[in-house]
Amino acid sequence: MKINKENVKRVARLARLDLSEDEIATMTRQLDTILQYVAKLDELDTKDVAVTTHPQNAVNTFRNDEARPSLPRDKALAASPLQNGEAFVVPKVI
Amino acid sequence: MTIFDAREKLNRGEITSVELVESVLARIDAVENRTRAYLALDREGALAAGEKADRDGSSGPLHGIPLSVKDVFCTKNLPTTCGSKMLAGFIPPYDATVIERLSDAGAILLGKVAMDEFAMGSTSENCAFQVPENPWKAGYVTGGSSGGSAAAVAAEECFASLGSDTGGSIRQPASLCGIVGMKPTYGRVSRYGLVAFASSLDQVGPLTKDVRDCALMMNVIAGHDPRDSTSIKCDVPDYLSRLTEGLQGMRIGVPREYFGQGLDPEVDKAVRDGIAMLADAGAEIIDVTLPHTEYCVAVYYLIAPAEASSNLSRFDGVRFGHRDIHADSLIDMYRSTRSQGFGDEVKRRILIGTYALSAGYYDAYYKKASQVRTLIKDDFTRAFEQCDLLVSPVTPTPAWKIGENADDPLALYLSDILTISANLAGIPALSVPCGISQNGLPIGMQMQAAHFNEGTLLKAAWNLEMQNGLNLKKPTLP
Repeated sequence: MKINKENVKRVARLARLDLSEDEIATMTRQLDTILQYVAKLDELDTKDVAVTTHPQNAVNTFRNDEARPSLPRDKALAASPLQNGEAFVVPKVI
Repeated sequence: MTIFDAREKLNRGEITSVELVESVLARIDAVENRTRAYLALDREGALAAGEKADRDGSSGPLHGIPLSVKDVFCTKNLPTTCGSKMLAGFIPPYDATVIERLSDAGAILLGKVAMDEFAMGSTSENCAFQVPENPWKAGYVTGGSSGGSAAAVAAEECFASLGSDTGGSIRQPASLCGIVGMKPTYGRVSRYGLVAFASSLDQVGPLTKDVRDCALMMNVIAGHDPRDSTSIKCDVPDYLSRLTEGLQGMRIGVPREYFGQGLDPEVDKAVRDGIAMLADAGAEIIDVTLPHTEYCVAVYYLIAPAEASSNLSRFDGVRFGHRDIHADSLIDMYRSTRSQGFGDEVKRRILIGTYALSAGYYDAYYKKASQVRTLIKDDFTRAFEQCDLLVSPVTPTPAWKIGENADDPLALYLSDILTISANLAGIPALSVPCGISQNGLPIGMQMQAAHFNEGTLLKAAWNLEMQNGLNLKKPTLP
């Protein structure tokens, strides 16, 4: 086994997901199969291989720090499930 | 009817744009209960745009042409769900750059088409609202994740569509539905307003009825966009002018690893017949090797979920989409909102990605995968020193039945083996029809080229299409 139920519960907590006991059992089984498979990469010696994080070797893109038109507040808020015309409303944090 | 056919009829005054829209809407009404491609249809908007197109006269290369787009692009005033309950009812406040470009070229947007939830899947069965069906055979998958786009184009429910391709999501459904689909070079097309899945892999591209329409769509959507800092400043050629160049002097590589175990004999034969046609047209065919191909699925299913787990953290119930309004605390609200909104495959990938990035596992999984990605990319660099184009199957088999592999995610992941590498390397690739199985299901040929060589792909694909005539073969639908 590469992964057990406790690992899955921990990762679910990190990812802000609630899983039922049934989901935990299924996910543990499926994730284990997938992780067993990806362990195939261990066959390769990559000690001196650089990582590729971007397919085009991109460089940073900069722009001038100038004010430009942006979404008006009412439009930015319009798709929110709960807002008060000025801000997004969320349950009490503190 | 292709975009070119429709444009000719419009130019000659044989048909109006309103009549074109009406005929496509009638076609949708006739076949939609079989294909289930559309998640949202904007009849009034499309008819109004048709009237405006007729009134204003020609404004661009897609003037008055009705198109659909995958429901992954932000469209002002039209719902954008990504096939997820998480975004049910979401109406974006702006248009994606590619939507603006289509609109500036005169196109008419008919509606939004089905997809796997957040583009995660190879069959479109992960769509939370409906599962599209292959126009060629009832009960068979369209492929995915751009399955609604492929079905709508193949069933003539639109003239063309836009999709997104993270590991084959344009090419694979195009292949399974018998149409043309291209994933351009990473950075060739703006992703501003594309809902992100895996940002180092995602690319936007067209699904069309033939190669010429694909070149035309590329002319419209390709190019740098200051709003997408990963889009690249690089001249865009006129792709249409490249089609007729001929294949004399072209070297075509056949990667032996793409014809391995598990390849359906009918697919093998159709692709080899296609290669013979390219040789007849003057191309030189050589054997090449891409030795790290067998590792690409493992690399992809670490990198893509890792990036997805980060990208999908934005779905937290605060700014858009679903929220559990009963939760008492902020953290509980995040957790219950996400658990209710996401489907199984999305949760599975978020968990894999979070695991691969978590402390203690990062080096073994994410870093290792990013290193092997370099080896895969280097394979292509070496191959393109020997040849201009790589040809292969797109998928190991033609379309399969809806419901097969439903409980075996790994089996489905393995079916992506032939399309994933292009995304890992960032190179352009397309699918063009090269055969039909005895069972009546289409088979596609994949072509891959070096960065920014979309023109090479298009001229080879156009040449094949001229010879095999499969662009004229259509599924039989009511």
